Amino acid sequence: MMPKSPRIWQLAERRYRLLGSRCTACGKTSVGPRNVCPACGSEDVETVQLPSTGTVYSYTVVHALPAERERYGPYIMAIVELEDGTRVTSEIVDCEPEDVKIGMPVELAFRVIGQESEEGIIYYGYKFRPLVFRKTN
Amino acid sequence: MSVFNDKKTAIVGYGSYIPRYRIKIESIAHAWGEPLEMLRGLRVQEISVKGRDEDQVTIAVEAARNALRRAPEVSAKEIGAIYSGSESKPYAVKPTSTIVAAAIGAPLSVRLADYEFACKGGTEAIISCISQARSGMIKYGLAIAADCSQSLPGDVLEYTASAGGSAFIIGHGSGDPIAYFEGQYSVGTDTPDFWRRDLIKYPRHGGRFTGEPAYFRHVMAAASGLMRELNMKPEDFDYIVPHQPNGSFPVEVAKRLGFSESKVLPGLLSPIVGNFYSGSSPTGLCRVLDQAKPGQRILLVSFGSGAGSDAFSIVVADGIERKRDLAPKVEDYVERKKYVDYSVYARFWGKIAF
Ligand SMILES: [Zn+2]
Repeated sequence: MMPKSPRIWQLAERRYRLLGSRCTACGKTSVGPRNVCPACGSEDVETVQLPSTGTVYSYTVVHALPAERERYGPYIMAIVELEDGTRVTSEIVDCEPEDVKIGMPVELAFRVIGQESEEGIIYYGYKFRPLVFRKTN
Repeated sequence: MSVFNDKKTAIVGYGSYIPRYRIKIESIAHAWGEPLEMLRGLRVQEISVKGRDEDQVTIAVEAARNALRRAPEVSAKEIGAIYSGSESKPYAVKPTSTIVAAAIGAPLSVRLADYEFACKGGTEAIISCISQARSGMIKYGLAIAADCSQSLPGDVLEYTASAGGSAFIIGHGSGDPIAYFEGQYSVGTDTPDFWRRDLIKYPRHGGRFTGEPAYFRHVMAAASGLMRELNMKPEDFDYIVPHQPNGSFPVEVAKRLGFSESKVLPGLLSPIVGNFYSGSSPTGLCRVLDQAKPGQRILLVSFGSGAGSDAFSIVVADGIERKRDLAPKVEDYVERKKYVDYSVYARFWGKIAF
């Protein structure tokens, strides 16, 4: 049985690994697959591994829970600015809503994003959490 | 029984992961009106609790990524096998290893499978990687030992069943070794000490039956069998890391085997994080690697209900000094904690039925 959302499944590996697109003409990187560079219009776009650390650029706490998350509880959605300047929209986990701050260092996490149903496919992907570990070298 | 005299089959990367949340056993006892004195014998103070969006797969991926960080010389494309050992897979049918493979960028040409043997699926995964690396079938294998274990509300298992795990990259004659395998010895019998029937949500156990004929018999037989075959004594080992279903069994089994308490304490995690099931003794091994010196010898003994034990003699190599600081240590995760009460714990676990 194929999942009801084949597009989500096809994009799974990009979502698992936080792969992005990089324009070989102007160097602009962005999240997700692209055929055309949003900055310069070039069609020379390659898939790249985005950095796994960054800082919180802006955030909001979601209290009005969507139907599929009705028992999840409030959660933090943020725009994370990665080390190379790429901005990613992501949930922030392992952090209480009152503790999130702009500029807070965060790192890539691998989490459950949702599920089709109790009997269906589980969707996994990237989220960010407060930095646990900073490379010493 | 296998003795590896060539010192070439080695762990070249290791990594662990423990969720951030903890619950004190007082909070669980309070929820059920259980007197705390009844639980002192477990010697567990608090256990790790999965986050609301964590499961066995997410723990496996986090541990695998940390193992890769400690093996900078290994590309994910060189990993020829990924084996995941667990008793708490979110899918009954669909291997965790398939999701880990995608999450680390493993190649299409890769052997994937999951192992289940209660708390020793993880060491089975390690044995598969050892044998395939030694036989030349793979350059590197990734063995994962992680669980996110369910426990029946109100059952005594609730005081120990927790979430966490570790992963190991294993090669033979390649990479920068962190520790090499010297020997391996396993035992198994038909012992119904703990089980979970198909389609049943929570495991059941034989109560007092889980001690002597299950845990102690198998761990002792595997550890003594390995020492006998290697012609070694407890004095030859610097550390012993037995499976940790609670805080008292591992200390007691080490004592019965003739090891001093100082050799079991460095790898003892259950009093502060609980029982990671498949991830229990492997994460104890990681905590030892986080602090061990080259040349030191470790006796690792898993135990899986049902029942069986896998014992390994592991010698720390020079690579540990170069690689230890490349990823978070077990202690970094132990210290990162946020306490929750039983109601939040039950919500995270979906134990509240509607
Ligand atoms: Zn461009």
